[in-house]
Amino acid sequence: MDFELSPEQKQVRDLCREFAQEVVAPAAAELDREHRFGYDIVRQMGDLGLFGLGFPEDAGGAGGDFLSYCIAVEEISRADAGVGITLEAAVSLGATPIQEFGTKEQKECWLPDLLAGRKLWAFGLTEPGAGSDAAGTRTRAQPEDGEWVINGSKQFITNSGTEISAGVTVTALTGKREGARGEISAFLVPTGTPGYTVEPSYRKLGWHSSDTHPLTFEDCHVPAGNLLGKQGAGYRQFLHTLAGGRVAIAALSVGLAQACLDAAVTYAKERQQFGKPIASFQAIQFKLADMAMEVELARMITYRAAIAYSDRGSVEFRKLASMAKLFASETSKRAADQAVQIHGGYGFIEDYPVARYWRDVKINEIGEGTSEVQRMLIARELGI
Amino acid sequence: MKIVVTVKQIPDPNAPQKLTSDNRLDRGGEAVLDPGDEYGVEAGLKLKEAHGGEVVLVSMGPAKAADAIRKGLSMGADRAIHVSDDSLAGADALLTAQILAAAIKPENPDLVICGTESTDGSTGMVPPMLAELLGMPQATFAKQVEVKGDKVSVHRQTNEGYEVVEAQAPALVTVTAGVGEPRYASLKGIMAARSKEVKKVELSALGIEKGSPAESVEGVADAETRKAGEVIEDDGNAAERILAFLVQVKAV
Ligand SMILES: Cc1cc2nc3c(=O)[nH]c(=O)nc-3n(C[C@H](O)[C@H](O)[C@H](O)COP(=O)(O)OP(=O)(O)OC[C@H]3O[C@@H](n4cnc5c(N)ncnc54)[C@H](O)[C@@H]3O)c2cc1C
Repeated sequence: MDFELSPEQKQVRDLCREFAQEVVAPAAAELDREHRFGYDIVRQMGDLGLFGLGFPEDAGGAGGDFLSYCIAVEEISRADAGVGITLEAAVSLGATPIQEFGTKEQKECWLPDLLAGRKLWAFGLTEPGAGSDAAGTRTRAQPEDGEWVINGSKQFITNSGTEISAGVTVTALTGKREGARGEISAFLVPTGTPGYTVEPSYRKLGWHSSDTHPLTFEDCHVPAGNLLGKQGAGYRQFLHTLAGGRVAIAALSVGLAQACLDAAVTYAKERQQFGKPIASFQAIQFKLADMAMEVELARMITYRAAIAYSDRGSVEFRKLASMAKLFASETSKRAADQAVQIHGGYGFIEDYPVARYWRDVKINEIGEGTSEVQRMLIARELGI
Repeated sequence: MKIVVTVKQIPDPNAPQKLTSDNRLDRGGEAVLDPGDEYGVEAGLKLKEAHGGEVVLVSMGPAKAADAIRKGLSMGADRAIHVSDDSLAGADALLTAQILAAAIKPENPDLVICGTESTDGSTGMVPPMLAELLGMPQATFAKQVEVKGDKVSVHRQTNEGYEVVEAQAPALVTVTAGVGEPRYASLKGIMAARSKEVKKVELSALGIEKGSPAESVEGVADAETRKAGEVIEDDGNAAERILAFLVQVKAV
């Protein structure tokens, strides 16, 4: 068993760390305060090759592995989790399904811009009535004169409303199945298609630098060629998409947890009380030790799950993906909580980044499958 | 145009530097491509973009220096030559220059680019020695390098401004940070570097007899620390006191 990153993975880490600390981190507080999407940062991430990192060279990517991509998400999220989710959603939820299930024409049409970061693609699965129960989709797509007509609505869709959002993959019912629930298929809907409306964005607790909107579809016509993969394949597709996405969300969580640890260590050494740095108090040291241990454990299972993802035959993958997502997200939550605690009253004030970390972290336990859902999935893998 | 850029791996300059018991720099910790050499790579790549050709990195260093070489390749250099031999540990400036010259000569480059000095040893002796051994004219402290036909023209940084110096190619130039911010290695560059050639060369293949060192370290002492300045607290007449000080040192 080899726990060393390859020379390329280390280089990816160092490069992304340098970029994130020099470019992403300095802008984070302002984007957060102004609830602003960082177009300039996204453009620079595109130039660096971040969006195409894990895609094969013939598709216009860099030919890196999935772990390299996860390391990139980790480092970017360590600087700004809102920018981290922009990258994660664009890659894991946006471009990956097109790469994996798309036709040659669909790939050629969309991937060059998506892998260069010039455009973003969104993934619309969640609905007002279908969250954890993602298969409870009510959105419908009906065939009509060689086209599909989509009606329904989607909830909380990342990257759907930016100036560079090219479109969204939506899941919709395309028929009934015997006894079981409806047949689900996925469609590529370009931004600007008549009948497709991106509603005003939410007022979110955190991730202020990311873009999230409700979507509505009213008699929205798309050509037959916009069906993603086979009719009825939607359910299997999104299970696969979400499993990969979970590992990337785990990486995002590790990055944010690391940022909490970094900030807490720095502050504990500087802050003096009772004539000494608070870092000299055992109560503070033990908190920091626990944080460091958990961050390292979260990183290990995340990297392990990432390697299992690349190794397609791995039967362990789904279980590892859920475990990584669950453990890393809950680790980041505890780390943010302790980081604020170590900052005392200053941690409750927005002048310190830990306040932002604390607001940004909660969603890690909810998006791409809640903690409860991950526990259900792990239990299922145990044969229960 | 063929451009050789010399590159060196050094201990991370942001980490505290330690000496070993025989007064050599401890190279055990984190190591990086010398930031000074990144300017060399950047200058080489800019010239390649303008004139076409090839950028070849040449490095002498232990096996792990491959990481620094890889960084230069990821930035866009085409291939590399890595002279690595355990017996070269602790090589002084002259031996280093001899090794580099022997590795560079068969390449017949039009231009050799070096940093002005390494960030760890900071002797600044290797590039001039190397130019001499290669029989090339040298232009040092360049903040701008241009190639016009078979002439190399540089803006040589001085305390007052710059001089324009021209040399007949093949030539050696040393570059400063003035040549421009080194580019990030793109992620595509990192992955592409996997398949670029890094030729490993051993000392025996260069036909160099390792003589006794030309330099030796006799002792090590800390540099004198600068005396703390005077802190002027404002009790109403701070401005006058600062002015008086500035007049005294003839700053105003
Ligand atoms: C900022 C943000 C960005 C998002 N981006 C996207 C996106 O790009 N694309 C997309 O499709 N979705 C996106 N989502 C949606 C997200 O994936 C869902 O919010 C999440 O899956 C939970 O669904 P829900 O909000 O409907 O909660 P619910 O499913 O209503 O869950 C409410 C609570 O009940 C629990 N619960 C539900 N069912 C069970 C059960 N069977 N057993 C035990 N407990 C249960 C849950 O764990 C949770 O605690 C985003 C959400 C947010 C907030």
